[in-house]
Amino acid sequence: MSKTLFDKVWDSHVVHEITNGPDVLFIDRHMVHEVTSPVAFLGLKNRNSEVLFPEKTFATADHNTPTINQHLPVKDPLSANQLKALEENSKLHGISYWGLGHEKNGIVHVVGPEYGITQPGATIVCGDSHTSTHGAFGAVAFGIGTSEVEMVLSTQCIMQPKPKKMRISINGKLSKGVTPKDVALFIISELSTSGATGYFVEYSGEVFREMSMEGRMTVCNLSIEMGARGGMIAPDNKTFEYIKNREFTPKKEKWEKAMKYWSTLYSDENAIFDKELFFDGNNIQPMITYGTNPGMGISISKGIPKAENQDGGVKTYLKSLNYMNYNEGESMLGKKIDFVFLGSCTNGRIEDFREFTKIVKGRKKACNVTAWLVPGSHKVEKAIKDEGLLKVLEQAGFELREPGCSACLAMNDDKVPAGKYAVSTSNRNFEGRQGPGSRTLLASPLVAAAAAITGEITDPRTLY
Amino acid sequence: MGYEKFNILKSTTVPLSIENVDTDQIIPARFLKATERIGFGENLFRDWRYNADNSIKKEFVLNNDTYNGKILLGGKNFGSGSSREHAAWAIYDYGFRCVISSFFADIFRGNCLNIGVLPVQVSSEFLNKIFECVFKNPKTELVVDLNTQKVNIPCLGISESFDINEYKKENMLNGYDDIDFLTNMKDTISEFAKNTPL
Ligand code: SF4
Repeated sequence: MSKTLFDKVWDSHVVHEITNGPDVLFIDRHMVHEVTSPVAFLGLKNRNSEVLFPEKTFATADHNTPTINQHLPVKDPLSANQLKALEENSKLHGISYWGLGHEKNGIVHVVGPEYGITQPGATIVCGDSHTSTHGAFGAVAFGIGTSEVEMVLSTQCIMQPKPKKMRISINGKLSKGVTPKDVALFIISELSTSGATGYFVEYSGEVFREMSMEGRMTVCNLSIEMGARGGMIAPDNKTFEYIKNREFTPKKEKWEKAMKYWSTLYSDENAIFDKELFFDGNNIQPMITYGTNPGMGISISKGIPKAENQDGGVKTYLKSLNYMNYNEGESMLGKKIDFVFLGSCTNGRIEDFREFTKIVKGRKKACNVTAWLVPGSHKVEKAIKDEGLLKVLEQAGFELREPGCSACLAMNDDKVPAGKYAVSTSNRNFEGRQGPGSRTLLASPLVAAAAAITGEITDPRTLY
Repeated sequence: MGYEKFNILKSTTVPLSIENVDTDQIIPARFLKATERIGFGENLFRDWRYNADNSIKKEFVLNNDTYNGKILLGGKNFGSGSSREHAAWAIYDYGFRCVISSFFADIFRGNCLNIGVLPVQVSSEFLNKIFECVFKNPKTELVVDLNTQKVNIPCLGISESFDINEYKKENMLNGYDDIDFLTNMKDTISEFAKNTPL
């Protein structure tokens, strides 16, 4: 029978099917971080249970960590306590742990692929919704809750009903200045934040084929923002090139064997999807959000849509604009901003820093803008230095911080003050996401760079 | 961690008629620093309930004494955003046992079911009727019956069915969780693991 890429991976991991119930799904790779794991480890202790396969779980500290002076003890006692708990739990259970200061430390979804933990055809989970990032490699990857983290620790399985399948095909060519982030924000603006709820998405077509692995990760990362459980892209030569010779990828005969399996991972020609959507890549423009959910995005040169044209409630829509202090019909171009955040598991990889640097090169950061440039990992940080990007950034008046989630969720000190506007390359613009009262505009690294230079929303294509 | 069994819940409601209520509103990230599951109810909807100086925002529904009960009513697409189970914990810890909306985000729904909060998805028409009734008369009680999978508005004499898969229903009726189930399967799982390609 014809199968989709998703079916192939999911079905081969079903340990047990419960009639009228969820599937018991085997998990190949489990990533944990300090915030959603302590209660799971506590549960393990209370049940007197052990970690069944410690070698399949990987721990890193990222959500709740400072991005300056990481060599000093963490000041906030609650955060320090949470970090200590992760370290102790990892040690106790023999889980590999990349804590603060460790050379492999970084955001969980950035380091997974960097070290080859992320592989095609794998099932990957983490107590973080943007686990969908790993789908870029043809893995079935999704976020789970803390109860499920405990399940995976103690049994290497979770129980999930199989989602429906959606395919989003985009052909055509992206024009200059249009990045994978714009593609994703475009799709979410078309589907809304709940448009793919209940589905697992496969991205296909020329636009994704042409995209770098970093770009594919950005797109898959944002799948959750349209409600999808996850998103994935069939692995191809680009994928195999990327993962080859990384620390945790199979070597020699094992690589050959794995390649045999991986080369079967694509949707069969007649495979049936529950829903299929098609868009034209030629029509996508640089995007920016103007509201308080990622679906509230528009082409940067368009005006803020009218409330009456919204499918969602008018009241909710106006509440959102009110929070942003924007009005219907206004243009986003020229709007003043206060902060720029380049980073997160969405856009904190080396390619994002390269793009950002392209725009700021030879220019100066606007005086009224505070910029946080936060690499996704130490590996990214090192590449920024090795490739000479840091120099260019510093000449333009920027500083580089140390890796972590940072202002993406503002659990640490990187908080945007109430009422201030931040152009952020992260993934959520919810009320207060970047600090109580903060106002977030989601955009690509190019749009962020242009805003950092001019101090206002600017079409990056005017700065090429 | 065990939870209260869920059978029939008869209760007044707290109406939160906003769409796309995301998990960052339910519990903001800065309150996720605990290493134990305690005290999350205090920070449920923190930034909608309190001003920056911790004074109370009177207009927010949780601060309005007119409304109380074990059922939280929410607008469409409730619980979108992060996978933080803390959001469900905060709702449970505050005292809610059931959330009714016309649409739930996936991970949030799953988290609720895992910790003993029943997510009840009804049609938007039915949801509007509930909201109307409750706004007219805050003492309006609903009956949520997990056994028959029905929500009833007794004062109007109407009800609507809701979906839940059999397995999860059994769990909630008995207060079981998935870990019990999986623990009993460990041998099968270990056998399965031997043949996985990765
Ligand atoms: S960068 Fe943001 S979205 Fe990504 S893992 Fe960290 S907190 Fe989650």
